[in-house]
Amino acid sequence: MLDIEIDGKTLQVPEGSTVMDAAHQAGTYIPHFCYHKKLSIAANCRMCLVQVEKAPKPMPACATPVTNGMKVFTHSELAINAQKGVMEFLLINHPLDCPICDQGGECQLQDLSAGYGGGASRYQEEKRVVVNKNLGPLVSTDMTRCIHCTRCVRFTQEIAGLMELGQAYRGEHAEIMPFVEQTVASELSGNIIDLCPVGALTSKPFRFSARSWEMARRKSVSPHDGLGSNLIVQTKHDRVLRVLPLENEAVNECWLSDKDRFSYEALNSAERLTQPMLKQDGKWINASWQQALDYVAHAFKDIAKDHGAAALGALTAPQATLEELFLTQKLLRGLGSGNVDSRLRQSDFALDGKLGGAPWLGMKIAEINALDRALVVGSFLRKDQPLLAQRLRQAAKRGCQVSLIHSADDDTLVKIFAKSIVAPSQLPGLLAQVVKSAAEQKGATVDAELAKVSVTPEAQKIAASLVSGTNAAILLGNFAQQHAQAATLHALAQQLAKITGAKFGYLGEAANSVGAYVAKAVPQAGGLNAAQILASPLKGYLLLQAEPELDCANPQQTLAALQKAATVVVMSPFKLASTLEYADVLLPVAPFTETSGTFINTEGRVQSFNAVVKPLGDTRPGWKVLRVLGNLLGLPGFEQNSSEEVRAEALAGQPEFVADRLNNQANGVVLNLSLSAAGLERVSDVPIYFADALVRRAPSLQKSLDAKQPRARMNAATLAKLGVAAGKQVKVKQGSGVAQMTAELDAGLPDNCVRVAAGHVLTAGLGAMQGTLTVEPM
Amino acid sequence: MLSQETLKKIDREIAKYPADQKQSAVMAALALAQEEKGWLAQETIACVAEYLGMAPMAAYEVATFYNMYDLAPVGKYKLTVCTNLPCALSGGVHVADYLKQKLGVDFNETTADGMFTLKEGECLGVCGDAPVMLVNNRRLCSYMATEEIDKLLAELKS
Repeated sequence: MLDIEIDGKTLQVPEGSTVMDAAHQAGTYIPHFCYHKKLSIAANCRMCLVQVEKAPKPMPACATPVTNGMKVFTHSELAINAQKGVMEFLLINHPLDCPICDQGGECQLQDLSAGYGGGASRYQEEKRVVVNKNLGPLVSTDMTRCIHCTRCVRFTQEIAGLMELGQAYRGEHAEIMPFVEQTVASELSGNIIDLCPVGALTSKPFRFSARSWEMARRKSVSPHDGLGSNLIVQTKHDRVLRVLPLENEAVNECWLSDKDRFSYEALNSAERLTQPMLKQDGKWINASWQQALDYVAHAFKDIAKDHGAAALGALTAPQATLEELFLTQKLLRGLGSGNVDSRLRQSDFALDGKLGGAPWLGMKIAEINALDRALVVGSFLRKDQPLLAQRLRQAAKRGCQVSLIHSADDDTLVKIFAKSIVAPSQLPGLLAQVVKSAAEQKGATVDAELAKVSVTPEAQKIAASLVSGTNAAILLGNFAQQHAQAATLHALAQQLAKITGAKFGYLGEAANSVGAYVAKAVPQAGGLNAAQILASPLKGYLLLQAEPELDCANPQQTLAALQKAATVVVMSPFKLASTLEYADVLLPVAPFTETSGTFINTEGRVQSFNAVVKPLGDTRPGWKVLRVLGNLLGLPGFEQNSSEEVRAEALAGQPEFVADRLNNQANGVVLNLSLSAAGLERVSDVPIYFADALVRRAPSLQKSLDAKQPRARMNAATLAKLGVAAGKQVKVKQGSGVAQMTAELDAGLPDNCVRVAAGHVLTAGLGAMQGTLTVEPM
Repeated sequence: MLSQETLKKIDREIAKYPADQKQSAVMAALALAQEEKGWLAQETIACVAEYLGMAPMAAYEVATFYNMYDLAPVGKYKLTVCTNLPCALSGGVHVADYLKQKLGVDFNETTADGMFTLKEGECLGVCGDAPVMLVNNRRLCSYMATEEIDKLLAELKS
């Protein structure tokens, strides 16, 4: 520890601290622009100059290491004069356009110039003007305002993983820009808006819509991936106008993915359902809640009476709140049907009944940064969990060996130690090789089936990496969870974890994937799972927050089942055109901003939130609708008066973590390593901006590069074999479905694989996310 | 994109640095690429960046920072005149004016015959020889009085 005195206050700081760190610890504010605790030190704005005893000139606090006995004066005449001088220079070329600048009111330069700036400028010459840059649909630029702190440059380089922005030219001519004619495509790009201390980078969707002081700030939780990022939702006149990160070091640090940040646009979408609707004689009519709920209650009762309660089933999105999930399963089970599931994209349910609890990350999110070995199995890491990928990226930078086993070779922007890319059907075999190799290296025994596999050098390298670590983890991504042999992958990963002493976990697919297990919105003994619910067409369906034709593993089968059903009740904030065809009742339930609720993230953290705005139109919180429906059906246990009561019932208290409900250990799984896949195999990703109902309707996200139309992607060998040229239209056939798509070269795919995205209208006519398909030139 | 010969030369530069710090060779690599191509087009910069395993923007930063890299085609001879203070005090500005008048071009322009490009340069580190100028990044010319300039131009033209 080092002793330091700041403005007469003595304190002790750890070795290696900078004066800025020490000042922070002492509670002294030193003005700064370029310094950011999560980014490398640049010391190029010079705003944090302070006086250090015995130093002949002012020193930048952010880049000056503390030495023992150092005396620092942050408000001495020398320091203040230095800071004022710097401010004068910063303002030389900065336009005085605060009244028309979106940053006004939340601008660090504006705030600090009030303290350190002069009343008038001595600079009478012409100011420089910088051409604006195109940074895509999310970030708006006014580059003349830039003060060259390079925070955005350092962010893209250090946090987002690819230096998409840089400072070209020098001195007076320096400009922040992307490499010529390119734009920023990172899934974390919105963070540069927060980082920019001036109005050079502002939010394009939010532009000119409100001043920061006009808006109310409310806490919330992101309803997208398994991370559960903490949000500040800013509202004005009962409309959500902007979403910012709420700093939580244990979850999202101070970052948000673009999905978390910009999906709010969907809340004001024209596709919002604002009134209950009934289909009568094939026509949709508006109804009152009373009418609609009576209709639903009667329909469900009739089906239960005529066909048995088992003819009813519920499919819930894993993005629904814990309260909604809990009441849905309670309602269904109250009626006598156990057919409820929220794992809509899952296709292998062999783990059901064998798992010890809810599958989860297997560790705390923050522990990812401390890993020294990691194996990611089946994951479009960056696009599925952008901020978990970011943590792995930081771990890799610190020396963690990250290995990848997958069916597509997208750039993770994480330094990968070893990787093996194989067709989906080969994935279990490949993981088995790693298990066998790890067992050989550790001297452990494996059963006969595993002993048979022959180990490739790459698998051996991955195994050796895991074996040599002291803090390793094996993580199953969305692709592995949705895999047709997901249970085998799980069992193999579990075995590998046991052999190597690694942690084992799931990268949670959705905001409430864990919550769905905790709320029991997954089938228990005797109940049908998501695939069965759709495979054996039932008479009545309750769809909660889900758009099954886009959210389910097999859209073809899903649509067929729903069209055959007698009654389909849709509880959703949106009306999807295709829903109108098969649904009988539409009940407008609130999205996450209009209801109180709880998400349990992938580490088992229980995060509750309140509504931030009033429900739109006749929309009602989902838990209230389900509660009333329970009453109308005459079911016991539907007397809750608040979402907190529902939560208390679901969680048996108010835990911060649901640690006792989490368990990745599965027993008695029969390994299925059979490698039969004739023909072309489909590799399905769920593109980041098609993954759930909200992002699909966020116009700005839909304009970004990640939201481009799905293409039939193949490697050069497969293209040649099929006689298809990249860029040409092809017919993709799967089952009875056909999709017309553009062929594209993707050198990262294994042979005989066609990558066709799921979750998009274009491919919604096709069959299961994994399977064989044919491709024909047009 | 770049010839095998240039890549071989770049490899020699890369070998001077630790294996995991290939991008340290970026300045030399850009210079070699410019030698081959005459100037640094965006594709050339991207190509160098890819070869060194760095982000194209990072290489672009370097290429735009130093004025010996040419981001647009230049004439056969690039004349860079120092106009920094010591040279300016010893007539650097006059040298530049004289060249402008003689060649009929301004800074950053090329003569119609494609022979000469005039550039305004930064300190070349030989202030004692002021005013100085540089021909094609390699040849330093000291004490550039008007006669010396005439001599130089005549020599280059021949």
